[in-house]
Amino acid sequence: MAIGKSMTAHSLITMEELEDIIHLVRRQYGYDFSDYARASLQRRVVRCMQKANCLTAYELKYQLTNDNRFFTWFIESLTVNVTEMFRDPAFYKELRNSVLPKLASYPTIKIWHAGCSTGEEVFSMAILLHEAGLLNRTRLYATDLNPANLERARQGIVPLQNMKEYTSNYIQSGGTSDFSSYYTARYENAIIHKEYRKNVVFAMHNLATDQVFNEFQLICCRNVLIYFNRNLQNRAMTLFSDSLAPLGYLALGMKESLMFSEARHQFETINPAVRIYRSKI
Amino acid sequence: MAGYKAVVIGGSAGSIPVVTELLRALPLNFKFSVFIVLHRLKNVPSSMDVILAGKGKGIYIKEPDDKEVIQGHRVYLAPQNYHLLIEADHTISLDYSEPVHYSRPSIDVTFESVAQVYAAGVVAVLLSGANQDGADGLRSVIDQGGTAIVQDPATAEYPAMPQAALNRNKSAVAMTPEKIASFLQTLND
Repeated sequence: MAIGKSMTAHSLITMEELEDIIHLVRRQYGYDFSDYARASLQRRVVRCMQKANCLTAYELKYQLTNDNRFFTWFIESLTVNVTEMFRDPAFYKELRNSVLPKLASYPTIKIWHAGCSTGEEVFSMAILLHEAGLLNRTRLYATDLNPANLERARQGIVPLQNMKEYTSNYIQSGGTSDFSSYYTARYENAIIHKEYRKNVVFAMHNLATDQVFNEFQLICCRNVLIYFNRNLQNRAMTLFSDSLAPLGYLALGMKESLMFSEARHQFETINPAVRIYRSKI
Repeated sequence: MAGYKAVVIGGSAGSIPVVTELLRALPLNFKFSVFIVLHRLKNVPSSMDVILAGKGKGIYIKEPDDKEVIQGHRVYLAPQNYHLLIEADHTISLDYSEPVHYSRPSIDVTFESVAQVYAAGVVAVLLSGANQDGADGLRSVIDQGGTAIVQDPATAEYPAMPQAALNRNKSAVAMTPEKIASFLQTLND
């Protein structure tokens, strides 16, 4: 990253050039980033350029146009692939205490993790369901637009160095079991035991372009909508609204608000501090 | 001095007392927006916004939600575990991508973003800390015509961060916390 040190990030690419790149990616590959929030998208594109040693937007466009493998790398690097197990323990505590007991009344439970990245929050949910005695009758659908994320998630591998922090998160969320009983440590990795992954279906789904595919009692979409502009946030919220069973729950990230969405009137707030909402219809 | 739209303050270890002092120094009816980025723990309960509000004599301080419309006479504190960015339409954009300098929120990320949107209307202040965050961000502020102020390392509990910023940016001005406070008082229209 030699250039990263000598140039400030935004001098690499103008907003007009960013629009060109968005247009190229949509036209040639069908991935639509046109309703992504620009500030973070620009940072991500610049970061990709620095990693690929592209000095100008022209070089980036040239590579995107002529090299499919470069595009595959680009899309995998462009999307934010950061996640944590039991991120925001207060949220998981609320799930444990007030949402799962309600879900327990359904004979079969269906949960959608939209934008699951490498699966850490899905595994966290599976552990909660197991502890509530609900995992055997739950099906978890975990979707992401990045195929590399899904491939990693299917393997159930989590970097071992993070496990100390995740254990602390787990305990703060009200977990009382031995957290290490949920995984096997092997060299630098922790592998989540198969029994906590067997009810999970990982599949590609793009919130910008894809449609309703099932009906759920709970949808978790945490820290995904922050990358969208209001237009695309509205699309996603409509999709969630259409995908929820009557009185189904919606969970967003701790700083994501329904207030700016057209769908806000269709939901009631269950817990404002941890952003859990429930469909009124 | 009119024309300033945004004051952005970045701090790490040893910066909280200075942030408090600067909040107290804000002119009573300041019209610009203030953004504060502090290196903080994640996944633990925090009342930093309440603490700062308590010290800032009735100033409106909050951790913004994503997409919130930025207003004047407000202090926005970057939330735990998110980068804080500004969109061209003056709304808040939060971001959960990789930490920068092991930090999320990162000072560089917010400084660069504020510089891009508010250009010459920015006053950026970098305070005490023990790493290199903020040095690149101040460069962006200077490149866009903004004003870059660094806490005099001799007055900082942890001088590494302000010193790194001064080394990297020859046109950044070093000031004692008292001088920064009195400078902020001159910023209102």
